[in-house]
Amino acid sequence: MEEQDTTPQGRAPGRHRDGSRSAKTYLIGLALAAILTLASFWAAQSGLVYGPAVPILLAALAVGQMGVHLVFFLHISSGPEDTNNILALAFGVFVVGLVVFGSMLIMANLNANMMPATPAMQMQP
Amino acid sequence: MTAIAASSVPREMDAGDVPLSQRGPASPEIVVRFGFWLFLLSDIVIFAALFAAYAVLSKETAGGPSGAQLFDRTHTLIETGCLLASSFTCGMMSLAVERLQKMAIYLWAGVTFALGLAFVLMEIFEFSRMVAEGAGPTHSAFLSAFFTLVGTHGLHVTIGLCWLVVMAAQVGTLGLRPMVMRRLLCFGLFWHALDIVWIGVFTIVYLGAG
Repeated sequence: MEEQDTTPQGRAPGRHRDGSRSAKTYLIGLALAAILTLASFWAAQSGLVYGPAVPILLAALAVGQMGVHLVFFLHISSGPEDTNNILALAFGVFVVGLVVFGSMLIMANLNANMMPATPAMQMQP
Repeated sequence: MTAIAASSVPREMDAGDVPLSQRGPASPEIVVRFGFWLFLLSDIVIFAALFAAYAVLSKETAGGPSGAQLFDRTHTLIETGCLLASSFTCGMMSLAVERLQKMAIYLWAGVTFALGLAFVLMEIFEFSRMVAEGAGPTHSAFLSAFFTLVGTHGLHVTIGLCWLVVMAAQVGTLGLRPMVMRRLLCFGLFWHALDIVWIGVFTIVYLGAG
């Protein structure tokens, strides 16, 4: 299996680069992911973080943990043999960003343009 | 078709010397797993649509309970721990696959299955508690979006558990032939991708509700 690591066509996602050290890679990934998870839960409930900054901190921790999973568990790297995987991932992230932020932007805009509800409208079932 | 063509590609050629157009098709190993990678990314796009629905509807509680009143963070933390640990044991299983150690595959597959099952059971417990409290998916737009998003993830995990059982049976009956090994490694990709989606779920749904 090892000699397939350097085929001219690139590398499959999830393929380990170094067979002997990959158990260590998973352990490092597990430790980093556990630290980031605990940090997220801590940031959400300890009142120590400045309130309005909490969502941004949570988003940063989540993106960091997703990165840890990609690198240490899925073994996606920035090397030339990973070009296809990275391109597909970049397109996936692009579509995800369009769908999520596009929906939120459009719905917030529609919401802001709604007529204010009058008491008579709220009475209707 | 790729298997025959790939074997005719001389392995000693250096990638730098051969133009991309003349390198020939990739090995089934790479083709299958790249295809599965594309499937996973499209699956994540489905989750993106559900996340967008949840983000838009999360404040529309229709006078019912809000997320902050419903969710128990300790419960979520234990669920997260189960899924993260199962992601690690699944990685150890794919190492055992590459080293062709059958007993280690069974061992790590068993641990992965147990942790995944614990996750699913905790989620079922949470859902049934919420429905019993009158906060079922029909109560408000927020709860509809919540049950769809978290339920779809739970469904994926459940399907993954079924897949894991099938793969353990295939290792037993078919042995570690290349086809079975490819499927086992694809299962590993699937399981890690589910854990990535869960990071989004616990951050946006459970921690964002506070």
